[in-house]
Amino acid sequence: MSGRMANSRPLTPALGRALAGALSRALASTEGRLAVIAVLVFLFMSALAPERFLSLQNMTSMAFQFPEFAILALAMTVTMLTGGIDLSVVGIANLSAIVAATILTTLAGPGDGVAVLALAYAAALAVGLAAGLFNGVLVASLGLPPILATLGSGLIFTGIAIATTGGSAVMGFPPAAAWIGNSTALGIPAPLILFGLLAVAVSLVLTRTAFGVKLRMYGANPLAARFAAIDIDAMLIRVYVLSGALAATAGMVVMSRANSAKADYGSSYLLLAVLIAVLGGVNPYGGYGRVIGVVLAVLTMQFLSSGLNMIGVSNFARELIWGGLLIFVMIVNTWRPGRRRS
Amino acid sequence: MRIDWTRNETLVALVILGFCALAALSDPGFLSVATLTDLLRGGIVLGIFATGALVVLISGGIDVSFTAVAAFTMYVTAMLLNAAMPWMPWWGAIALGMAIGAALGSINAVLIAVMGLPTLIVTLGTLSIFRGFMLTFVGQKQITTLPPGMREFGRMMVIRGENADGSFYSLHAAFLATVAVIVVTWAILHRTMLGRQIFAIGGSVESARRIGIDVRGVQFFVYVYVGMLAGLAGIIHASMARVANPFDLVGLELSVIAAVVLGGARLSGGHGTLTGTVLGVALIVLVRNSLVVIGIPTTWQSVTIGALILLGTGLPAWQAKRAAARAA
Repeated sequence: MSGRMANSRPLTPALGRALAGALSRALASTEGRLAVIAVLVFLFMSALAPERFLSLQNMTSMAFQFPEFAILALAMTVTMLTGGIDLSVVGIANLSAIVAATILTTLAGPGDGVAVLALAYAAALAVGLAAGLFNGVLVASLGLPPILATLGSGLIFTGIAIATTGGSAVMGFPPAAAWIGNSTALGIPAPLILFGLLAVAVSLVLTRTAFGVKLRMYGANPLAARFAAIDIDAMLIRVYVLSGALAATAGMVVMSRANSAKADYGSSYLLLAVLIAVLGGVNPYGGYGRVIGVVLAVLTMQFLSSGLNMIGVSNFARELIWGGLLIFVMIVNTWRPGRRRS
Repeated sequence: MRIDWTRNETLVALVILGFCALAALSDPGFLSVATLTDLLRGGIVLGIFATGALVVLISGGIDVSFTAVAAFTMYVTAMLLNAAMPWMPWWGAIALGMAIGAALGSINAVLIAVMGLPTLIVTLGTLSIFRGFMLTFVGQKQITTLPPGMREFGRMMVIRGENADGSFYSLHAAFLATVAVIVVTWAILHRTMLGRQIFAIGGSVESARRIGIDVRGVQFFVYVYVGMLAGLAGIIHASMARVANPFDLVGLELSVIAAVVLGGARLSGGHGTLTGTVLGVALIVLVRNSLVVIGIPTTWQSVTIGALILLGTGLPAWQAKRAAARAA
């Protein structure tokens, strides 16, 4: 066997066909193409700076960095599946972080960090749910276009955060607050575990529940969904509530990692979250998108930015490359030469 | 003249009047030439941006990259003129800026009109690309010594005067550029076949195609035109600020689109007026400059603008939804 492998001529055609088959199957789907791109980016960065990119230290630091905006991208994904968008995610994240931070700094005495931390997280989640409900009512009950409803509500959430803090950072947390953003369990960073759990949960909700089916059905064809007697208003409200809850969770990770909360943290995350969702194959007009695609898109972005960082490329070049990647993937996904688009 | 209460323009005009009435009550000094010139000055760059955004919205698309086009243009133009062509007069600097803006706009145009990619995604991508390219390869430092042409333009005023209390007021010559942009855009939209075609493809791309409109050609024009206006706005911004800061402008794009939508343009395309756009810009500038006059602290500015957007777009949306429910 090993002799035949070493002199692999007889196996080559069969193996080649199998490989080509697997590759063409992979390239046929958006997620497959994205997986190939993610692997290529990973290999390219590994080849460029092998001893640093492949180091345990780099892997760990990447695993700490991406979950916060990856969770925001999940929030964006669920709203995009309905053909909507949530431009208020960063506003919700910061507002809930400020509420949590205020509770932490005013109530936590020495030693009793955990109980206050639980209260702070509950309050942050409540803020996220309430903000999501507000968005949902605007979009579903009042019929505002999602892009405007969440643009306006995002300004309001950010505005409340600015007005209550005067624009300065809230800091001085008990040590337990560092747990969600900076600790590891069995060597795995806590934010990564949190993101993994949320990604699986969102994926299950989208594919294994009646709510998920209705949501995707509405995104694919709103009129057909209405004729199928789906309670669209209730479904849309739940979508934005889910998005708000995810945004508040991302806010908790950001707060813990920064060890403070501020009204203008993560302002660049908004476009990044949209970019990741679209890069992950989510159709911004609704109806199609898978969590696995979003995860692959997040990994691709993180490999790119860490790798580029290592070879000394500035943050601004990262922005350039992200934009270029987005357009490249869109061209690969939608443009077929010779076929006129209707 | 009959007043149509269901139009956004009416609503925004009423809010502006109410705001001014409140401001005048709490501070009689509000109703002065100085306030007016301040507001007009604040609307110069925003007005040009908004006019461009209106044309894109009418055509059924959306462009979020225009602020990056403007920042790129002002920075590159200032650098280019300083290095190679310091003799260039002010109108030369403006022409060069409009050309650079149009060139960047044509990149959007190729991706959208020729390749048929979705407008939001393309312009989101080019926003990062233009800004990233400028900051990586051109520079990140402010240019504090502008080329002579731009400096000369920065000093040009249409009106200059002194108030009774001895304070000075002035209106920058760039205000005329904004007026010219609005007039030219009005003429294109309402006095040319091209304008009708922009409305037509915004209403329904398929119908427009079937009556023989060159949809790609019209879309191409729209994105090049917006790029050109953004280039102009960039040069004006730098000349008025007397510095080319590459970190300026980007971040304004959603507020500009909000101003246009407040004025009644629809994101779904085919609808929008210049009157509404001007009113929307006026309201945003008013809130930014004078919120404190009616007793609201400036830290609440963003809450106020957000609430106005929700109110301005929510009322018509809610009315439409009720009308649809009655009809069904």
